[in-house]
Amino acid sequence: MATLDHNDKKVIGKRVVRNEDPRLLTGQAQYVDDVDLPGMAHAAMFRSEYAHARILSLDVSKARAYPGVLAVFTADDMGADCYPGPPLVSPPPTVKDVVFNSRRQVPLVKEKVRHAGEVIAVVVAETRYIAEDAADLIDIEYEPLPVVADIEQALEADSPLVHDDLDSNLAAQLIQTKGDYEAARKSADVLIRRRFTIERGTAAAMENRGIVAQWDAKSESLTVWDTTQAPIPIRNGLAARLGLSESKVRVIAPFIGGGFGPKIMMFYSEEMLVPWLAIKLNRPVKWIEDRRENFYATTQERGQVHDVEMAFTRDGKILGIKDDFIHDTGAYDPYGLTTPLNTQSHVMGGYDIKNFTSEFKVAFTNKTIVTPMRGAGRPHGVYVIERMMDIAAKELGIDRVEIRRRNLIQPDAFPYEHGIIDQAFAPLIFDSGNYQAALDETLKAIGYEKFVKEEQPRYRAEGRRVGIGVLPFIETTGVGPYEGARVTVEANGKIAVATGVGTQGQGHFTSFAQIVAEQVGVDVTDVRITTGDSAHFNWGTGTFASRGAVVAGNAMHAAAVMVRKKIFKLASKVLNAPEEELELENGVVRVADIPQSSISLKDLAVLANPLRGAVEPGTEPGLEATAYYGPQYGPTAFGVHAMIAEIDPETMMIKILRYVVTEDCGTILNPLILEGQVHGGVALGLGNAYYEKLHFDENAQLLNASFMDYLLVGSTEMPRIDVRHLETRSPLNELGTKGAGEAGAIPVPALFAQTMEDALYDYNFEIRETPLNPNRLFEIVREEKTT
Amino acid sequence: MEATNQKIELTVTVNGTRYEREIEPRMLLSDFLRHEIGLTGTHVGCEHGVCGACSVLMDDQPVRSCLMFAVQTQGHEITTVEGLGTMDALSPVQQAFHEAHGLQCGFCTPGILTTVTAFLETNPDPSEEEAREAISGNLCRCTGYQHIVDAVLLAAKKKQAAG
Repeated sequence: MATLDHNDKKVIGKRVVRNEDPRLLTGQAQYVDDVDLPGMAHAAMFRSEYAHARILSLDVSKARAYPGVLAVFTADDMGADCYPGPPLVSPPPTVKDVVFNSRRQVPLVKEKVRHAGEVIAVVVAETRYIAEDAADLIDIEYEPLPVVADIEQALEADSPLVHDDLDSNLAAQLIQTKGDYEAARKSADVLIRRRFTIERGTAAAMENRGIVAQWDAKSESLTVWDTTQAPIPIRNGLAARLGLSESKVRVIAPFIGGGFGPKIMMFYSEEMLVPWLAIKLNRPVKWIEDRRENFYATTQERGQVHDVEMAFTRDGKILGIKDDFIHDTGAYDPYGLTTPLNTQSHVMGGYDIKNFTSEFKVAFTNKTIVTPMRGAGRPHGVYVIERMMDIAAKELGIDRVEIRRRNLIQPDAFPYEHGIIDQAFAPLIFDSGNYQAALDETLKAIGYEKFVKEEQPRYRAEGRRVGIGVLPFIETTGVGPYEGARVTVEANGKIAVATGVGTQGQGHFTSFAQIVAEQVGVDVTDVRITTGDSAHFNWGTGTFASRGAVVAGNAMHAAAVMVRKKIFKLASKVLNAPEEELELENGVVRVADIPQSSISLKDLAVLANPLRGAVEPGTEPGLEATAYYGPQYGPTAFGVHAMIAEIDPETMMIKILRYVVTEDCGTILNPLILEGQVHGGVALGLGNAYYEKLHFDENAQLLNASFMDYLLVGSTEMPRIDVRHLETRSPLNELGTKGAGEAGAIPVPALFAQTMEDALYDYNFEIRETPLNPNRLFEIVREEKTT
Repeated sequence: MEATNQKIELTVTVNGTRYEREIEPRMLLSDFLRHEIGLTGTHVGCEHGVCGACSVLMDDQPVRSCLMFAVQTQGHEITTVEGLGTMDALSPVQQAFHEAHGLQCGFCTPGILTTVTAFLETNPDPSEEEAREAISGNLCRCTGYQHIVDAVLLAAKKKQAAG
């Protein structure tokens, strides 16, 4: 009765419009910059202009004297309170011989800046305008130091050092193996070796970061509004840092204008500073990042260089892969090894590969800190394996779809154990899937056969370069440790739900409401979700790794099931009927054959919380339950993307004619929301393929730190995307869900490269880098043609 | 760099309400709307006129409120997202965005809603390509634009049906 019958879902899986929309559509949703408190002061950060320099002198006296300035703090002024943040993720404990040098960012830099944009001083003033004016009056003298701008040079013996107390710029080193690659390569018919370069981009959430902190001296309590994806860990960390009880610190992540990964940090300098300032000055303090700061100070991702070798049989069967790579962590490594471990977990793709060896080295550079960004190391792994599959297909003379089909993990091979660890240090196991079915669905939807046999020859005869690309990807999702939820039937008959994860646009107010409504028998609009407020839910880790629907979703389901049981138990007593004869629908419990014998949830909620009278021993008040869900390992989603695109070889301008995504993320909670997630992911992926690259010069200075120079994909670049759904339920959790948040972005750069090579069939070239842009693609096509 | 304390008197109508304020001449229109008169529905995404999140209507024409000084609106009429409809009575454009899932995090949405509201006045029956062109000055990082385009076309239908 109480468990979810998947054949009879009433609410889950429906295209329900979102509960949160009316607030967002009318300007009534509160974002961090909308918080306005009496007496609120405003902070401006004074940041390093150099990527690597010693601070010789710092004079803030003019800024301090500026009218309207309340205070200016440097590292010296902060004294003992100026120490690094905690590591957000620790190094993996289970791998032998792992090297990990933990170096974390400080609130304010004292002696040496390690990337452009590091915070050196903070000005607090009556208005933001005054704070920024005064920051301009700070005098500083630097001694510029040789810069570590390139990840390969970073690991050379004569490289300058980002951290002087280390012998080198090696932040971490880790080897994972499976089977025996050396033996595999000896028995191979063909060995293919390549080098791939993946460069940095930025997440560019439309809302920049921001923090407001309010200190109440009388009650010694701190309230912080923070654009974080992880409000509970920030609350716990701030309490520890500031010597406060966790119950005296409230962190609220209200509506957040996009996260995509970088809004989860422990801690950004500003996150350590602003609450400290509010206490120190005993005034509310607000700091809102501007877009330029976002380009320098908000974490970035994607920089890696891979040296790959793959062993094949003549008929295209993969015998093994060896992938050694360098990962750029920037100036510090607070986020541990999450991103490179994710890359390792994805470099075998969805293929049955018995022999694998991969060593990565993580390098410190004088660039902005790297932490996971939508995709989080996965696009790199998928890029490497799928580029290699394309190259192998050409060298072996096998159709590129066919070579993939020959190697995909078969439906009866699940759970498929890889014997290595994933980003969460859990065993890398693919729980379930039907990869061939997703491939077939995609080929059918894009019209592969017809295009290759009829349309493409026609285009080519007309002199048009139109190419097709098809490739699969996996996404490990829904990792631990855990999330929780509390479900309460309130006396007004509405359902209140609270969870600790933050929300940044994923539709949690609706998809979570659907999960609860399914059990509690109310309309989705009658379920009110509170996310990301530590005063409402005390436990949780955050929104990352495509885990909301899996981890928080299953906690929500478990709590809702418990509440349903309580409803039936109490209603049975009140209606004097056995539980088996009760039905729950539209907020009313009825006896099945006696419709007039019924009671509303509203009345039941009141009865469940009596004000007087005797109750049975052990009674808990209310129709309420709290539950947690923590997976041993996360479910792995699968999908296939396909694209048909035309390119003009003179200008390298492209037009995408068709784009198909088949996504299999297990049980679908809400197809409307899922499709939105996929569309957005593809848009970022397309940016990573052809538009978005952070251009750093040899001094590690960012040359395109504005939206005028860093190109986000716009509405006219995006094709219409045809999203197809398969539902291979995960056996790992009761809902059967797998994550989907990052899926859309993962395979696009690899797909784009395949499509371009197919379109420009009459040029002899190979794409081994991403992101590209029209100019760079032109160069590659030219270089290879002339060699 | 001396602080300029000189203030200028501004009279402007926002969403049908007349506001009189003494403000610094350098105050941006976006800051005036958000922090001076508390209309925080207008969002600031880039402060250099590219992302379009801060778009509002001045005399029914879309403008970037981060690229204008508040004093430039002297005597003009401004419409922000708060002036389009209410939670209980969404405008046809807002309703269409709700039905078509034309928003995710909602941060870019106010600027898109104002832009689209003005666009449908000049082109009440746009093609998909025209709809894409109309929102090409607004960046969205969440949706990939497809549901936004759907919403624009749906809004056009709704407005036509309403006459």
